[in-house]
Amino acid sequence: MKFFKIAWKNIRRSPYQAFAAIVVMTLTFLAFSLFALIFYGSVKVVNYFESKPQVTAFFRDEANPEEIDALEKTLKDSGLVASVKFVSKEEALQIYKDQNKNDPLLLDLVTADILPSSLEISTYNIDDLSLVSETIKKAPIVGEVIFQKDVVSTLTSWTDALRKVGVFVVTLLAIVSIFIMVIIIGIKVAQKKEDIETMRLIGAGSWYVRWPFIIEGAFYGIFGALIGWTISVGILFYATPHFQNFLKGIPVLPLSPVFLLELLALEIVIAIILGAFSSYLAVLRYLK
Amino acid sequence: MIVLENVSKRFGTGVFGLTDVTFTVEKGEFAFLVGPTGSGKTTILRMLIRESMPTQGSIVINNWDIVKLPGNKVPELRKRIGVIFQDLKLLPDRTIIENVSLPLELSGVKSKDALKRVEEVLDQVGILEHSNKFPVQLSGGERQRAAIARALILSPEILLADEPTGDLDDATAWEIVDLLKEINLSGTTIIMATHNIEIVKKINTRVIELNKGALVNDKGHKKKEEKKEHQEEKNEAKSKEKESSTVKASEEQGGKEEKVSSAQSSGESKKDITDDFEEALKE
Repeated sequence: MKFFKIAWKNIRRSPYQAFAAIVVMTLTFLAFSLFALIFYGSVKVVNYFESKPQVTAFFRDEANPEEIDALEKTLKDSGLVASVKFVSKEEALQIYKDQNKNDPLLLDLVTADILPSSLEISTYNIDDLSLVSETIKKAPIVGEVIFQKDVVSTLTSWTDALRKVGVFVVTLLAIVSIFIMVIIIGIKVAQKKEDIETMRLIGAGSWYVRWPFIIEGAFYGIFGALIGWTISVGILFYATPHFQNFLKGIPVLPLSPVFLLELLALEIVIAIILGAFSSYLAVLRYLK
Repeated sequence: MIVLENVSKRFGTGVFGLTDVTFTVEKGEFAFLVGPTGSGKTTILRMLIRESMPTQGSIVINNWDIVKLPGNKVPELRKRIGVIFQDLKLLPDRTIIENVSLPLELSGVKSKDALKRVEEVLDQVGILEHSNKFPVQLSGGERQRAAIARALILSPEILLADEPTGDLDDATAWEIVDLLKEINLSGTTIIMATHNIEIVKKINTRVIELNKGALVNDKGHKKKEEKKEHQEEKNEAKSKEKESSTVKASEEQGGKEEKVSSAQSSGESKKDITDDFEEALKE
């Protein structure tokens, strides 16, 4: 407890240095939080597409129900297909209306006639999608085939790239934070050098000297993580309605509060490690 | 007991701070460490608390070999030796009570017990009324007393005082010396580094004199063999006394004998402080 008191006294007595340390930590954890949220959201989008029918075949207007039934039967008999769902022109219109219910102008222009009927097909194995897709394309009644494997792989590559950029940026910021924290704590150690020397001469062990600085570093980390997380969650709540509009039908937002609290807990743990480690380095370097 | 054997200290610059210094300070002894500036007084005191290491030789304090002492044991050693630093080293942002209680805090004493002990020691050194003041609010003599209080707080067996009267006027200096003598009477071994010739002359006690890093005189030191003989004589005298008189009378007699023998012994080995030292001080 006495170490906490000493650490708190050190923080109060140099408010500008404390402010600088907290700002640096806040930036790091703001970036961490934002990348974590974006990454989590994009993974959910990928999962959504992966769980959806992988191939959609749109029929020409002249396709009759018997030909469509025959194609459906052929696909089911192949043994590769997990499910096949027929979507009529009317059902397609209903889906369109649901997706654009807030935009009456778009609704007025569209009727069931101009929307094609379709088959939504998913396979047991993602590798069979190409074969199924090629088979359907050969059918004369099929006008267009949307092969969602491409969408998934594009999204996956975007997510991977995002993760790499995020890890790079956060690592860079973490390293910068460590350096700045080492400098700030180092200045504090240098300011108290005589006091530390006196304490050591009357019997203070190394850890008696180190603990208050380590606690101080951990405090800056925790405070920075709390502020960074709060700002990012604030941005998320502000942007949620806009993103919901953009991600029509994809259930990503709003994010679960449990996930947000887990993120906070993780950030606090990382913040303590980061802050304490930086301070330890500073004390080690300046107390030689 | 403090034993220095053939201790030399060579600084990084190549200059020798101490050259082949050997002496022993017995338990309960009061010894002055004298010599002009740069003679090695502070170097010896610094080595006794392992603030500095000898380049050569050995230092043993109460069976603790200071040279071979592992680094993690150094705080333990320093808690056992009270030190009054030349520049006092009181922490300016802590009150006197906080400064004095620091060694207790380092030893893990509970704050309630610590407070009691601090008040006791501050009372002993006569600055209890200043306990809540900061060092800057005290006079030189009071600050010196605060430093003594901090050195005494863990009841050390050994007290090292580095120029404790250095910046004080004569009257205050004597008050500090009297206080140290009083502490010595309670059994604490004291080594006091000083270049105050008046104090050294007026107090009849052991004087270890250094010059340019070498031990040039050890006035009043009782060698081990001599001490043994005196002890045997004393014991004999005591046993004879015991036969013929009461316990109280025998103790009184023993004390006198001791004083006589001590005086004789110091008379035998007594040699005035070297002229060099006096001249150097006058300069």
